[in-house]
Amino acid sequence: MASAVEIRHLSKRFRLYHEKYTSLKERILHAGRIPHHDFWALHDIDIDIAQGDTLGILGRNGCGKSTLLKCIAGILTPTKGEIRVRGHVAAMLELGAGFQPELSGRENVFLNASLLGLSRREIEKKFDEIVDFAEIEEFIDNQVRFYSSGMYVRLGFAVAVSVAPDVLLVDEVLAVGDERFQQKCVGRIHEFQAEGRTIVFVSHAPDTMRNLCNKVAVIEAGELVAVNPPGEAISAFRDILLHLEESPELLAGDETEAGTGPSTIPVKIAGSRLESSGGSDGRLLPGESASVVIELELGASLERAAFGCSIFSREGTLVLDWSSSDSFRVPIGRSTVRFAFKSLPLLDGSYTVNVRVEEPGGGTVYARLEPAATLVFAHEGSSTGIVDLPVGVEVAPA
Amino acid sequence: MAQVQQADQPVEPGQRAGLDPFSALGRRPAELPQRVVAAKVSTAQRLRDIWGARELLIFLIRKELKVRYKSSFLGFLWSFLNPAMVLLIYYIVFRFIVPNGVPDFAVYLFCGLLPWNLFNTAMLSASGTIVAHAGLVKKVAFPREILPLAQVGVATCFFFFQSCILVLFLIGFKVMPDWKYLPLLLFAVLCDIVFSSALALMLGALNVYMRDIEHLIQVVLVALFFAEPIVYAFDSLWVKLTHHGLVWLYLCNPLTVMVLAFQRCIYGSVTGASGFIANYAGGFFFELLGIVLVASLVLFYFAIRVFMRVEGNFAEEL
Repeated sequence: MASAVEIRHLSKRFRLYHEKYTSLKERILHAGRIPHHDFWALHDIDIDIAQGDTLGILGRNGCGKSTLLKCIAGILTPTKGEIRVRGHVAAMLELGAGFQPELSGRENVFLNASLLGLSRREIEKKFDEIVDFAEIEEFIDNQVRFYSSGMYVRLGFAVAVSVAPDVLLVDEVLAVGDERFQQKCVGRIHEFQAEGRTIVFVSHAPDTMRNLCNKVAVIEAGELVAVNPPGEAISAFRDILLHLEESPELLAGDETEAGTGPSTIPVKIAGSRLESSGGSDGRLLPGESASVVIELELGASLERAAFGCSIFSREGTLVLDWSSSDSFRVPIGRSTVRFAFKSLPLLDGSYTVNVRVEEPGGGTVYARLEPAATLVFAHEGSSTGIVDLPVGVEVAPA
Repeated sequence: MAQVQQADQPVEPGQRAGLDPFSALGRRPAELPQRVVAAKVSTAQRLRDIWGARELLIFLIRKELKVRYKSSFLGFLWSFLNPAMVLLIYYIVFRFIVPNGVPDFAVYLFCGLLPWNLFNTAMLSASGTIVAHAGLVKKVAFPREILPLAQVGVATCFFFFQSCILVLFLIGFKVMPDWKYLPLLLFAVLCDIVFSSALALMLGALNVYMRDIEHLIQVVLVALFFAEPIVYAFDSLWVKLTHHGLVWLYLCNPLTVMVLAFQRCIYGSVTGASGFIANYAGGFFFELLGIVLVASLVLFYFAIRVFMRVEGNFAEEL
């Protein structure tokens, strides 16, 4: 099948000025030697998007994914290379971009739809459909400046999808309105897919990708890493994240809040390491076991010590906080403490493990290490969330 | 590729009725219009894109007309009131305070102000329009030339409103235009629009990079106003210029030619209208306007090229 979008050797350079000179005087004073450095936001990108595909573009913040989308949309002109787009393109970069607060909803629908490339006749034909979808029948003749922010984006979305383009470009705008409206939006995207339209979708949220896309391109620092089915691409993306995290991790034992705790007893956590059954790449599958081992250095023996740990998800959600119920005797000098997690039913993402040495019963904390280890989970299943709870389905005749 | 899909094919599953004719459905990708986004696009393609967005141009002009005076008490009346007051001020100054001796000065003044106002309004609003619409330029893809062109369109609308007032003036002062020069008048309006469009594109685009232009243009326009015979009679200047052989320089200003053409048509038959305006035949003005139109078209082409060259970076610069 022919490609709907062909991207060939696409490069985009941004000039970063140390200071922006926009006045005539400054331009003349600094003519020809405005201090700047070139920043290649995109470098030699080649992608073919077949008609009917839904391609997700996944990458960290600032990796160039929105730049790529803007280039496809024609908002930015590539520095090198070219993009061939077959058919009508509509970009949803910002909902309700160009709404005029002074004008009524009706007038804005016409203006906005015509900005997106619809002719007057088409807009008239689709007008009712748009208003229906946005659910603002009674307010359509009010000035847009009196709209609530929800109404504003709903109308923006309704106009954007009414264009019914051959190629739809979406930039993380699906999180609009209340939950019911979001469902409606995703429903509309699925409808587009069923109709064989091509969708290019930008996000840094892998879960949305898994649900919507049949292919995912991973971009890192302006370079195309790979175009793969979602599962593989998402693990490639996780690899990049992991790689980035490794460097600060190595320093964790020395520089973070390690060392003597807020007590008089000289307890020091000298180091930590992660022992896992996972592969050499350090990624774990849900349900696998892992151990966090810390090295303690004590200036005096500790008769009664307890140990605790906590696990946080990347978003900062507390997954677990645990303290040992037993107390231990720790001798003077070096010793190791092993926190063994027999099963970690965690889903995609990276989790930090913090550990502490404390007084039994949750009193004084002698020493803590935050983070002591980072657990990275990746799986190729379809579940999303934090915890991989075992679910079974049974169908039986009633 | 060679296969042609039949038009009256049964509706495919998933295809909804009432979809727009250019959608992906029922058509092979090869048949769909192809758009190329690249560092270099031909000027012809660019002009086709602009032409394709003409409906958008009309929507934008309409929006601009609606929004401009939306929250003001007198609203749309301002588009008449403002030039009317300017007219009144100049009339009082050059009729009573520094008399310039032009017969039926009000009509003379109005003839000159009309084409000038079109140009003036267009320049003032077009130079800042791309910066003012930064939100749109950064988020929506459309031919950006439309923005300054819409400002010229708005100025043209105001021009026609003001022309209606001129008709009232002519009736009031019992002045009959020279009807056989009406084509000259229309020709001058065309020149005015093309010339204004060319400069609007250029200024609007460059203002993104040098925000001074917006402010500089205001001063330049004040000076430029006196480069045309709008508030003074051309004759005395004409004699002096001929003496130094510099009439051509004065006529190099396209606006002068347009103003003269307006005066020839509307004011030419006023008793006492003198010298240059009454004595030269229409053909002379046609020739001058022809030159102006050709020059304006060249300038327009050049402006499109400049615009294309700098447009790629708008979204970054704003």
